[in-house]
Amino acid sequence: MSGSVNCPECEATLNLKEVVQGEIVVCPDCGIDLEVIELSPLTVALAPMEEEDWGE
Amino acid sequence: MKIGVLLSRVRVEEKWLFEALDKRSVKHDRIDDREVKFDVAQPEPWLSYDVVLERSISFARGLYATQILNAWGIPTVNTSQVAAVCGDKLTTTLMLQKANVPQPRVKVAFTPESALDAIEELGYPVVLKPIVGSWGRLLSKINDREAAEAVLEHKETLGSYQHSIFYIQEYITKPGRDIRAFVIGDQTVCAIYRTSPHWITNTARGGQGLVCPVTPALNAICIAAARAVGGGVLAIDVLEDPQRGYLINEVNHTMEFHTTVPTTGVDIPGMIVDHTLAVARRKTDRPALTPMAHEVSGNGKVPQLVAT
Repeated sequence: MSGSVNCPECEATLNLKEVVQGEIVVCPDCGIDLEVIELSPLTVALAPMEEEDWGE
Repeated sequence: MKIGVLLSRVRVEEKWLFEALDKRSVKHDRIDDREVKFDVAQPEPWLSYDVVLERSISFARGLYATQILNAWGIPTVNTSQVAAVCGDKLTTTLMLQKANVPQPRVKVAFTPESALDAIEELGYPVVLKPIVGSWGRLLSKINDREAAEAVLEHKETLGSYQHSIFYIQEYITKPGRDIRAFVIGDQTVCAIYRTSPHWITNTARGGQGLVCPVTPALNAICIAAARAVGGGVLAIDVLEDPQRGYLINEVNHTMEFHTTVPTTGVDIPGMIVDHTLAVARRKTDRPALTPMAHEVSGNGKVPQLVAT
């Protein structure tokens, strides 16, 4: 899925290309992590904050 | 053949894994660990999976999900036993020690006072690490007694009881880099140097990747480390000690490879998928009562590597 959305943090316009559900993208203006939560309509939300047990 | 991919986020690694699955025309489901529910008495909905590839970003979710799946006889990559070993730095250290795999010296204490004694026995500098954690979070290089006293006091007041299990590692004076090697099955498939002017060289903390040749010596210690923790798909962090040579620092069981693939050109996601398919085939080829110990868990035994 491709399209444009606004960053919910800083309202910058993000032009997304071929993203999939659940993909993490970074806002080019404010640098925050966003998660693609819907493809139709294309919607992003703030990604979950890093937790203590996250990693490899 | 049907594969479940348990994940928290779709990072570039997961996109590459899905591409590799599609390329091989393997039927697969994405399983979001934020939505998943298990009824421990009802495994039926899960039995359609020949194997589940665990890619949770959360250690705890991945560990308990694979424990449930393995208890039901569903193979996972990696197994819950491997997750339990690799997700806990102290357990990893114990398994490496048991297998006589070279590693930095480690001391463990349970109070700030005994930890301070242990630090001074080891000698400054030392590295204090949380027993659970990744990406270089909360690592402390302690250069003197004043720093030790301050950090120990801070750790004691952190929320989790695990921060009062003081894991104290000898500081290795490494040559501005460490090595991240990738083991899949019984093969070290590639490695990178992670270089940084900072003593923490994780790429998550700004370390840069460069190709590292997999020499026979590097391969041997990485395979030994992988066997020690139970085998599977693993990323081994190796330190170069000026006197002792290679030392195993950590072993990661849900590795990232977004730096290594473009650096080395090695198709790590394809290899992970091929390994996962091989695990699934072994499950279907073998009688249920003779699973391979390092791929199908649930028997409560310390994992043993079976040659792949």
